[in-house]
Amino acid sequence: MSSSLIRGSLLAFTFAASFAGAAHAETTLLNVSYDPTRELYQDFNPQFAKYWKDKTGQDVTIKQSHGGSGKQARAVIDGLEADVVTLALAYDVDAIAAKTGKFPADWQKRLANNSSPYTSTIVFLVRKGNPKGIKDWGDLVKPGVEVITPNPKTSGGARWNYLAAWGYALQQPGGNEAKAKAFITDLFKHVPVLDSGARGATNTFVQRGIGDVLLAWENEAFLSVNELGPDKFEVVVPSVTIVAEPPVTVVDAVATKRGTAEVAKAYLDYLYSPAGQKIAARHYCRPAKPELADPTDVARFPKVKTFTIDGLFGGWAKTQKAHFDDGGVFDQIFTK
Amino acid sequence: MSASRTFRVLPGFRLTLGYTLAYLSLIVLLPLGAVFLKTATLSLAEFWTVVSAPRVVATYKLSFGMSLAAAAINAVFGLMLAWALVRYAFPGKHLIDALIDLPFALPTAVAGIALTALYAKNGWLGQYLEPQGIQVAFRPLGVLIALVFIGLPFVVRTVQPILEDLDTELEEAAASLGAHRWQTFRHVILPVLLPALLTGFALAFARAVGEYGSVIFIAGNIPMVSEITPLMIITKLEQYDYTGATAIAVVMLVVSFALLLLINSLQAWTASSGKTGTGRDR
Repeated sequence: MSSSLIRGSLLAFTFAASFAGAAHAETTLLNVSYDPTRELYQDFNPQFAKYWKDKTGQDVTIKQSHGGSGKQARAVIDGLEADVVTLALAYDVDAIAAKTGKFPADWQKRLANNSSPYTSTIVFLVRKGNPKGIKDWGDLVKPGVEVITPNPKTSGGARWNYLAAWGYALQQPGGNEAKAKAFITDLFKHVPVLDSGARGATNTFVQRGIGDVLLAWENEAFLSVNELGPDKFEVVVPSVTIVAEPPVTVVDAVATKRGTAEVAKAYLDYLYSPAGQKIAARHYCRPAKPELADPTDVARFPKVKTFTIDGLFGGWAKTQKAHFDDGGVFDQIFTK
Repeated sequence: MSASRTFRVLPGFRLTLGYTLAYLSLIVLLPLGAVFLKTATLSLAEFWTVVSAPRVVATYKLSFGMSLAAAAINAVFGLMLAWALVRYAFPGKHLIDALIDLPFALPTAVAGIALTALYAKNGWLGQYLEPQGIQVAFRPLGVLIALVFIGLPFVVRTVQPILEDLDTELEEAAASLGAHRWQTFRHVILPVLLPALLTGFALAFARAVGEYGSVIFIAGNIPMVSEITPLMIITKLEQYDYTGATAIAVVMLVVSFALLLLINSLQAWTASSGKTGTGRDR
C-alpha cells in the first residue's frame, strides 16, 4: 500500500485517541446495577450524597447504570469502570472477580448477610380472584395452567425462579434429585413463552394477558400490583421459597485507581445503615436488618419459609454448572 | 472491473482503493477478524461440539429458513409495492412512499413489541386469529412476520429506481408485436428487474439473519421450537462463554457469506445474460 495511505490512517487514529484522554476531577461514583433496583437507588443516592457531604464536606455524584444483571457484569468485565457493583446474583459478581481479578474471589464475605444488604424471595403473581386456584408450587403443573417465567439461561431472576421450584420439589416428602428434575420438566411444559429478561416476562403476563401465573421477585410483584391496580392482580406466597440474594461489592482495583475506595465502601456500608434499610424496605426489598426499617414497611412482607442457595444447592458456582451451563439440567429438559 | 486498464479522465484510483481497504479493515474486517481469532482458541472438536449441539442446530433451521422465507415473501410483495408506486398515480402516494422506509428507522425493539401486542391472543389481530387456530405470536410464524416487516424496504428501494427507468414503450412494443401480458412481464420486464430484485432479496435476507431486537419479543424463545441463532449467542454470553458465542457467530458468518456470495453471483449472471436495450447493468 502507498505510504500516504498509512500516514493518513495513523493521523486518524491519533485524532480519535486524543478524545479518550479527558479526565474528571470531581468525585463521582459509578454504581453498576440491574433493572429492578432503579427506583431504589434513585431514592438512596441523594440521601447518601447528603450524608457524605455532612460527614466529610465532600460533594459526591453517583451515576447509575441499569440493565440485565449478566449484561452489566459483562460490561464491567469488558472495562466499564464501576466503583461498585450491585447485581442480581452472586454468580455474576463471581464472574467479574474471576475474569478481571479486580477484587478478591472471597468478596462475598466482606459485608454482612452474604454481602446482600437486602434480599427478596420468589412469589407468584396471579390474576384477580386467582381463577385457577393457585396456592403452591404443586398447583403450577395442574392441567391447563400456564406459567410465565423468563429463560434461566439469559435471566438472573429466572434462575432464582427455577431454583425455588427445584427446592420446593426437593423438600417434599420423599423428594429427591430425580423427582425434582421431573417436577421442573413438567413445570417448563406449562411455560408458553420464555422471555429473555424479567421485565419482558412481566410484560407478557401483564400487558399481553398471557398465562395464569407469573413467577417473580417479591419486590417486582408488589410493584406490579401497586402500579397496575390491586383490582387486576394479586400476590400469592407459596409454602416455601428461596431467599434471593442480590449482592453488592466494591470493585477494588477501579476504586483505588480512581481514588474513590473510601467513598465506595461508605456507600455500600450506608446501605446497611438505618437510612439504607428503610429505603430498601420502602421499595419492597426485605432489609437485612429489619429492626432498622420502618415497622409498617416490614409488616407488608408475608411470613414465608425459605431456603438459601448456599444451604440447599451448595453455592452458585456448583448450581450454575449443574443446572444452567450448556448440557446442564435445564438443557436436558428441552433436548432430552 | 474489466475496464481497469483504460485511460481515466479523473485520477484517484490509488487514493480511493486505499481508503476502501483502510475503511473496510477498520469497520468490517477488524471486528470480524477478532471473532475468528477468539474462536481459534477452541480445538476443532470443541468447536464442532458447540456448533452442532441439537439446540443450536434447531436455531439455524429457524433463523436461515425463516430469513429465506421472509426475503422471498418480500421479493414478491416488495415488487408489487414498487410497481404500484412507480406506475400509478393515486392520492396519498407520497405518504405510502415514506411509510415504506419506516421499518428502517424504527428501533427494532419497538417493532417487536408492537407486533407482539398486535398478534398476541388479546391483541387487535390475535383475538380474531386465535379462535381460528392460527397462533402467530410466540410461534415460528411470529418470527416470520417480524422478519418480513424489517426486510420490506430493501426490495422496494432496490427495485423502484429500475422500474422508474424502465420505459413503458418497451411493453407497448412487446404488446404491438403480439406478446400476451404474461409474456411481456416474463420476457421483457422481469429480465431487467431480476438483478435488482435479487439484490433486494439478498439485503432483506442478510438483515433478517442478523435480526435480534424485534424477533426476540415475538418469538416466545422456546428451545428447539422458536429460538433464533442470535439468541444462542446471547445465551452463551450470559454464561460468560465468549468463545462459544463467537463459534456460533463464525457459523452464522460463514453461512451468510456463502449464501450472499451465491445470490450475488446469481445476480451478476442474470445481469449479464438478461441485459436488454435499456443499457443498464446494475
